[in-house]
Amino acid sequence: MTRIRLCLNGRDVAEDIAPRLSLADFLREHRNLTGTHLGCEHGVCGACTVLVDGEPARACLMLAAACDEREVTTIEGMAGDPIVARLRDSFHRRHAVQCGFCTPGMLIAARDLIRRRRAGSEAEIRLGLAGNLCRCTGYTNIVAAIAEAAAATPEGESR
Amino acid sequence: MKAAAVDYVRARSLEEALDLLATPGVESLVMAGGQSLVAMMNLRIAAPERVIDIARLRELGEVVEDDDAVTFGACVTHAAIEDGRFADPSRGLMAKAAQTLAYRAIRTRGTLGGSLALADPAAEWPVVLAALGAQAVLRGRGGQRRVPCGDFVTGIFETRLADDEIVEAVRIPKLSGEARWGYVKLARKAGEFALALAVAVVDPVREYRAVVLGAAEGAPLPLGETSRLLGEGRCERTAARAAIAADLDAATARHIAPFRRGLHAVAALRAIEEAQR
Repeated sequence: MTRIRLCLNGRDVAEDIAPRLSLADFLREHRNLTGTHLGCEHGVCGACTVLVDGEPARACLMLAAACDEREVTTIEGMAGDPIVARLRDSFHRRHAVQCGFCTPGMLIAARDLIRRRRAGSEAEIRLGLAGNLCRCTGYTNIVAAIAEAAAATPEGESR
Repeated sequence: MKAAAVDYVRARSLEEALDLLATPGVESLVMAGGQSLVAMMNLRIAAPERVIDIARLRELGEVVEDDDAVTFGACVTHAAIEDGRFADPSRGLMAKAAQTLAYRAIRTRGTLGGSLALADPAAEWPVVLAALGAQAVLRGRGGQRRVPCGDFVTGIFETRLADDEIVEAVRIPKLSGEARWGYVKLARKAGEFALALAVAVVDPVREYRAVVLGAAEGAPLPLGETSRLLGEGRCERTAARAAIAADLDAATARHIAPFRRGLHAVAALRAIEEAQR
């Protein structure tokens, strides 16, 4: 067992964990944060995307042990984020959610694209979503929802 | 899809990491960003007894510029290169390569040195670094040595890195203002590993040229005849095709399927045409 201390969704957390535990399993099974979904478990599908130290990362490709002294934010920790609020609204109106499995990862990836100003065109959004697989929607409504949220985001909220 | 039991140690210095790596009787693997290693552990292709985490060593995250070159610490991430956070010796080639490498959520953690040390045959950095004439800076307990990146990778996941060494940095010579490059990656989907990858660099001021292929059933494959032609100035498409074919014919030790050979030839042609634009 190894001791980790991290800031999880704004709160300090300390726990003894097995070193082989992935960040994704730590979040889901130890902290009951089941908004982080696990699809492929080898970095391809993007369903487990979270923020580590403010940047998107695959929770399946990080050992929880390597998150000691880091800041981790999951979809549950983004209730107050203005870009995610805008995305939630546009995903709803544009019907960009079917089964919902990819949605937490999509929202985190889309927020990052908007923040980095990489959501200026349909082509740019599609390229930026290459690492997030959706097997329901055909992406059309997801791309439209992100374009709408990006257009509504003032420059001050991107970086 | 879960990693086997493993010990984890976060090294506090490069010296400590090297000492841990040299521990007799313990099969250790060094982890930088872990974006390949953890996937391989999840798939149980890799099952080390101990992982030595070097991702947050400050000395491996630094970038130093001198008159002739820029030296990148091994743990500089793909995303940092994509974003242009450091001096760029390659006049945009490295940022272009970084943009095509996997996905942003992987680029934020994966590292230049980790990619080079793993030497996945379809990976971008071993090919780009060979084409730029970069040097790998390797550190062992006995000291430091440098190996040209073009010689560093010896085969599929095979390198000149000794068991007790760590890639410390990569020293990349600066291209002159007259240098041109071409970068062509062919894959079925953005962010996937390449089916064919060609990098062409020509720098008339330094009399330097290189055309290197990746994903070519082995180490990065330098195309000697093609790069010679590129160095001579503007080359016709027919001559370029013939040179590429001659170079691929000469790679007799590689078992390149006809379909893939066609992709390599197209990638190489596009790369040298881009470098002459």
